[in-house]
Amino acid sequence: MGKRTIIPFGPQHPVLPEPIHLDLVIEDERVVEAIPSIGFIHRGLEKLVEKKEYTEMVYVIERVCGICSFGHGWGYCASIEGAMDIEVPARAEYLRTIWHELSRIHSHLLWLGLTADGFGFESLFMHCWKVRETILDIFEKTTGGRVIFSVCKVGGVKKDIDKATLREISETVTKIKSEIMELADVFLEDNSVKNRLCGVGYLSKEDAMELCAVGPMARASGVRMDMRIDGVGVYNELGFEPVTTDEGDCYGRVKVRIHEVYQSIDLIKTAIDLIPEGELSVPVSGPVTGEYIARLEQPRGEAFYYAKGNGTKFLERMRVRTPTNMNIPALVKTLQGCDLADVPMLVLTIDPCISCTER
Amino acid sequence: MLVSKISKLVLRSLFKKPATLMYPVIPREWQERTRGHIGIVQEDCILCGICSKKCPTNCITVDRNKRKWTIERMQCIQCGCCTDVCPKKCLTMEQAYTTPETFKVIDNFDIPQPAPKDVPVPKAETPVEA
Repeated sequence: MGKRTIIPFGPQHPVLPEPIHLDLVIEDERVVEAIPSIGFIHRGLEKLVEKKEYTEMVYVIERVCGICSFGHGWGYCASIEGAMDIEVPARAEYLRTIWHELSRIHSHLLWLGLTADGFGFESLFMHCWKVRETILDIFEKTTGGRVIFSVCKVGGVKKDIDKATLREISETVTKIKSEIMELADVFLEDNSVKNRLCGVGYLSKEDAMELCAVGPMARASGVRMDMRIDGVGVYNELGFEPVTTDEGDCYGRVKVRIHEVYQSIDLIKTAIDLIPEGELSVPVSGPVTGEYIARLEQPRGEAFYYAKGNGTKFLERMRVRTPTNMNIPALVKTLQGCDLADVPMLVLTIDPCISCTER
Repeated sequence: MLVSKISKLVLRSLFKKPATLMYPVIPREWQERTRGHIGIVQEDCILCGICSKKCPTNCITVDRNKRKWTIERMQCIQCGCCTDVCPKKCLTMEQAYTTPETFKVIDNFDIPQPAPKDVPVPKAETPVEA
């Protein structure tokens, strides 16, 4: 048995600009234990509900995260709509679903690029982000923002997408599918990539369930858990079935995310075919009185929104629980027994968003 | 394995034109809906102050006495909340982004006196304004 040393990892680390700190207990280049600590980027956004009206708070909640911003806005609106018993028009729900699935493609492509960068494959990283740019262009055309959309509001959506643009989106996602297939071939078949991914950071199905892992992290370990089955949105009408795999290692997580990109493309095309005509939003007025919980499948996993009104235009309490929060225990479990060189890869594999986690 | 799977893709990209734009030199093409910065039609503004009350970042200040409408450009998040709530629709979302600066940009706009009030004759129009 070698001598044990503690190596601090982060908050500034080589993986991505998200401040997570890990104390790595090392024994002969092998991690024995990892002790995580967060709390470097707390912004107190939830407290702002006491100062911002619930209708204006959407713009603040959207800024919880820069990648899954639309999902946060939607989750918040869904929780308020539930508390106020508002029926959202079908067209608005379809538009929200389309934007959310586009966000998923954008988030997964961003993650795939970062993963490629994590194992030192610069050109693959650049190619992933080049494809992602097409999605950002769709966002700018339909919502006006590349990252933060500001289209979701309590009671529906603010902007419509006309038929011609919907057709264009459908054609664009079909086109990028072939480009992503080429990239997927590198991720899933290239030997040098497989050497870095296969067998690294194994998480068994039992562990994933016990540690309450969510999102692609859980699905890569064979847990059939996806909030799109019974959460908000019109996924039931689109014939949704979650993607799972039994590998449980980094390779499995890459595989799940790539197949989710394909799935999102199919969901978008189906939604565009089925989208009904109608109103974009219903008028909302009056104070929030009840309380409600909404659960939504973000690209990183299940997110939870709780809203409680107190009879005024300000909320009593707002709570957002993000997927990274739930995946940190699973990360600590996968870090035990791994090589020191694989630590950045494993931190990346949960798709950490610490800014989301601390809000 | 001698040839990497990505070789074909990389070679193809090598002979394509660059995917990026030489941004400051070649200007961007803005989309119709691009949220760049907030503009104001000064003549239409009635200094009601709803925009400043509803703004999530409190970047707008309305001074009725001095007849000034002020926006802190660096604080604005281009959410479009003010353009939605403006009763006269005198606030607009302009396409171009504001230029980066090393100091906090504060733009002041003087709101002219409404024309009907100067002339006593068209007094009948004032209720419509209100």
